[in-house]
Formats: sequence, C-alpha cells, structure tokens
Amino acid sequence: MTIELHGVAFSYANDATKSLLNIDHWSVAKGERVLVHGPSGSGKSTLLNVMGGLLTCSVGEVTLLGERLDRMNARQRDQFRANHVGYVFQRFNLVPYLNAIENIELASTFAAGKQRSSVREEATNLLHSLNVIPSDWSKPTSHLSMGQQQRVAIARALINTPEILIADEPTSSLDAENRDNFLRLLLGLVDEKNTTLVFVSHDLAIAQYFTRVQALSEFNKEHC
Amino acid sequence: MFLTVASKSLLNRKGSVAMTLMAISVAIFVLLGIEHVRQQARDSFASTVSGVDLIVGAKTGSLNLLLYSVFRIGSPTDNIRWETYEQVVADPAVAWAIPISLGDSHEGYRVVGTTSAYFDHFSYGKKRRLEFTSGAPFEGTFDAVLGSEVAKTLGYKIDSEIVLAHGLATTSFSLHDNKPFTVVGILAPTGTPVDQTIHVPLQGIDAMHSDWPQGPANLAIKSGAEPGATPAKPESITAFMLGLKSKMSIFGVQRQINDLKEEPLMAILPGVALAELWQMVGLFEDVLRLISALVLLAAVLGLGAVLLSSVRERNQEIHLLRILGAPPYYLFLLIEMEAVLIALAGMLIGGASLYVALILVEDALFANFGLYLEADLLTLEGLSILGAVLLSAIVAAGVPSVQIYTAASRYFER
Repeated sequence: MTIELHGVAFSYANDATKSLLNIDHWSVAKGERVLVHGPSGSGKSTLLNVMGGLLTCSVGEVTLLGERLDRMNARQRDQFRANHVGYVFQRFNLVPYLNAIENIELASTFAAGKQRSSVREEATNLLHSLNVIPSDWSKPTSHLSMGQQQRVAIARALINTPEILIADEPTSSLDAENRDNFLRLLLGLVDEKNTTLVFVSHDLAIAQYFTRVQALSEFNKEHC
Repeated sequence: MFLTVASKSLLNRKGSVAMTLMAISVAIFVLLGIEHVRQQARDSFASTVSGVDLIVGAKTGSLNLLLYSVFRIGSPTDNIRWETYEQVVADPAVAWAIPISLGDSHEGYRVVGTTSAYFDHFSYGKKRRLEFTSGAPFEGTFDAVLGSEVAKTLGYKIDSEIVLAHGLATTSFSLHDNKPFTVVGILAPTGTPVDQTIHVPLQGIDAMHSDWPQGPANLAIKSGAEPGATPAKPESITAFMLGLKSKMSIFGVQRQINDLKEEPLMAILPGVALAELWQMVGLFEDVLRLISALVLLAAVLGLGAVLLSSVRERNQEIHLLRILGAPPYYLFLLIEMEAVLIALAGMLIGGASLYVALILVEDALFANFGLYLEADLLTLEGLSILGAVLLSAIVAAGVPSVQIYTAASRYFER
C-alpha cells in the first residue's frame, strides 16, 4: 500500500473536544486515483495535511510508502514530504514574485539529490507537456491567468517525481473548460509517471476521471 | 535559489524596502562620514608639525609649550637667552634649529619671529615642506611672510605694508606703527596654524622693539640707512625647534636640555605632546561616535519594523514553502537574508555617495578650512563599522525572523 491510515484520530488544539478525523482504516494502493468528496468543514483538508506530515495525529499510524510518518520528527517529515509528496491547491500554489521556472526550481531545492541543470530541463519538459507557452515561463506567476497558474502548479508539484500527489480542490477556481483541460493534463502526467493521486473536491462532476470515488464520511467516523 | 527568493521578495515590496534602504544608507553615510572626518581630523592634528624632533622652551607644562609654540595658543612663561640657544644648537647631534620669537600680533593674527631655517626645515603632514603661492622667504629685516589665511582674510598681496602691534589684542594701543613691514611672500595653505601666522625675521622683531621703551630715538633702523645698526643677535627668543642628525639621540639631547644648568629649559617630543593633547579632545570624538551609533540604531529598528510588518503579509509564502518541505528555519533565514541584502545595498549606496561627496568637497574643504580629507574609505575602522552595521541588521531582523519561524512551525495547527 502506498498510503495506509490506521486508528487515526485528530483534533485541533484549540478545539480538543471535537475530533475532526477518526479513521479506523483507510488505504490507497499504488497508482490509484482516489477522489474524496464531502461538504466543506468535514475534515478533507485536515486529512490531506495529516497524510503529508504537515499535521501530526495524537493517536494512530500514518504509513506512506512503507514508512511511519507518525514516528518521524518534524525535520524528517519535511524532508520526506519534499522527496515523496506533491501538493496542488485551489489557489496560492506559486510564489507570486517568482516566475514559473523559478517556482519549479524552488520546489526542487528542498528535495534530495538532483542536478540543477537536469531540473531545468525537466521543468521545461513539464511546462511543454502542460501547454504553458515559453513566453510565459519568465513572467512573475502573478501575471499569469488562473488556468495557467494551476498548470504551472502541476509542474511544480511533479518536479521531484513524487510517488504521491495530493490535490486539494485544485479545479474549484476554474471554469468548466479550464477544469477539464487541467484534469486531462494532470491525469495524463499522473498516468505517465504512475503517481498515486488523492484528490479532494466537493464537485462530483469530475468523478469520471478517477478509479475510486469515496465520500469522506464513508471512512471517517465523526465523534462529537 | 535562496538568494533569488530573498532578492525577488524584496523587489516585490519596493516601496517599504526602498524607504528602509534609504534610512540604512543615510546611517551608513553618517557613520562612515563621521568616522572618516574624525580620523582625518586626528591625522591632520597629529601632522600639525612633523620632522621636528624636539621643541624647546622655558620650563612649563609640555602641553603649554606645545600650545604656544605650535598652535600659537596661550602665552609663554619665560624667554630663552640667545646664548643658551646657541649653546644647545652647538651640540654635534643637532642638524638644524628653528628659533621662534612670539609676542606681537597683527589684526589678531600672531607674529612669529624666526629665521630662514623655518622655511627650510619646518614641515607638516607627511613631511610636507612649506610652499609659497607667491613671493619668497624674507631677506630684509622688515620683510614679512604671511600664512595663506592671513593673506586671504586681510586681503594682503606682495608689497603690502603691515604694522605690527605689541601684545595680542586686535585693538592694541601700542602699535609699532613707526616700523611697517613689507609682505614679500605668501605661503600655500597647510591646514595647520601656519596659515594664521605672520612670519618675520628675528632681527625685525628686535629692531621693532629697539625703540622700546626709550621712544622713537632709533629711527635709523627703519630707513635701513645703517644696516650695521641692525642687531646681529637678538637678546632672547621664546622657543625653538630642533632637528637631530639621528633619531637615536633624541632622548639624550632631551635629557641634556632638561638638565641644563644655565637656564631652566624643557624639551618635548611633539608627537607625544600632540597625542596627549588629542586625548583631551577625545570626549568630542566619543560624542560624535555616540550620535552616529544612535543614527544606526534608528535605521536598523526601522528595518526590523518593515520586516516585521512583512511577516504578516507572507502567509501564502509560509504555507507554500512548508508544503514544499521547507523547514521553519528556512523562513527564518529568508528574513535574515533580506535584512543582510538591505544592509549590503545600504553600504553600497551610503559608501558610494560618501565617496562622491568627499571627492566633491575635498578641494573646497582644503582651500577654505585647510581640512585635508582623503577619499579612502576602506580603512580598518571603515570595515569594522560596516561589520557592525551588518551585525546590527542581523540582530534587528531577529524579531521578525523568530516570528516567522514560530508562524511557520505552527502554520497548519491553526
């Protein structure tokens, strides 16, 4: 299993009485594309943050690629995330004052062992396959359209060839045409690199793109 | 990459960064400028007299002797008999001697009676000799050589006639108006008290006083009709400067003079006495330094404030960088790096503008105030000031850096 959650419980420190996550068991196999849906505030983003080691659970095991995230220290989790987990969000995926290439290079600096020249080459390949035209590569990303920004974000998330890609409502700010375009490109690359995809959205219209569609409430037992 | 992020982030906040940068640049300009002027003032002070091995006068405090012989400030306690002077100068260790006779003035400027040895041997700065902008050293009894400032302020030219007064006040009632002197030479600016001095031959001083107190009986001297009547030897002088053949003999000669039986004299080393005097002026230096340190403090506090307010606008960056796997200390270092970049840019701007300013005012300062500024800023002191600026920028950025570190560590915990 690429992702495995066992007996995970999580609550925020400022609201310790309400357990936002309570998952007995949930797992994602290698190469799966999972769409997790649910109403806002149901804990979808929290689940993603726990999976990326951005949040640590009070109880339970979080295993990614056979490694126990809950046993790592903060530094190890940061390093693990840089090497193995890519993220795409609804907005704010890029440093606005850096250009596309710089954003992608920045993402690569935190991952271990890559030549800078090969990063640049790979970045241009990714941008080409994501239909970002070269004249947009050196503009500050704040000057790009939302659709372009989200495509650069895919390149940024995939530059370290992570085994796991986590997407948090990345299409919610896009219109239908841009959304489908975005998903086609994303899934094309995910297929090509055999990346495991966990995609969170409230939009079930995109369910056709995924191999598994689950409501968060199916595996997250909320306790009050 | 780290540098790219830090510098582009600064460029992204041009307005506030530019203001801080200006504040830092001004602080560096002031710091380096004050340190530079202080250094140069000290150097130019210490070089008021150079190449003179010993200054000899009647027994008094060494500062007093220095003040009246070199700076023409204060009054001598007693005179030296000419015979004693000749005896000291006869010592084989002595290479040259400049006798000095003080006590008269002209329009508030002091008159120094001396010999042509003054123009041959007196030097200042880095062994710079006196130079003439016009004319030549005095030859006749009633010739005078003016310091640059005297000539400039009083508007004297070659062949102007001047009347000296006994005593030092501008409105002395005892004018030697029966014995006017003729200007034969004007010296180039030196930045030393020489500029404010009127030089006349020793014989001139004596001739001028020869009618004193008997009254205007010896007018013959003035007309020069009887050159033989000019006293060949003055009775006494106020002080004299000695150049020795070998530096090794300085202390020996100094001891001999101090122990002289004939007359209570003292000899001082000008360098030592100058250093003593400068120490007394040192308080002023400390005040200047304190002021510039406060200017720097204000500037780096401004830097800290600007960076602190930027932390609040940087939630997106914190989020993004943490997602990418950046540890919280990366953000700490990012803020510190921004502070360092601003400080370095400030050094460049402040230092460059000071350099340009110094070059622009250099000539004017020298010509008008005799203050000689060199435009070399990369001295050890200058570099240590820059180091201190860098350090204080780093310290001032500590607060925002710690704040962003904390924010980054707890970012996802809400």
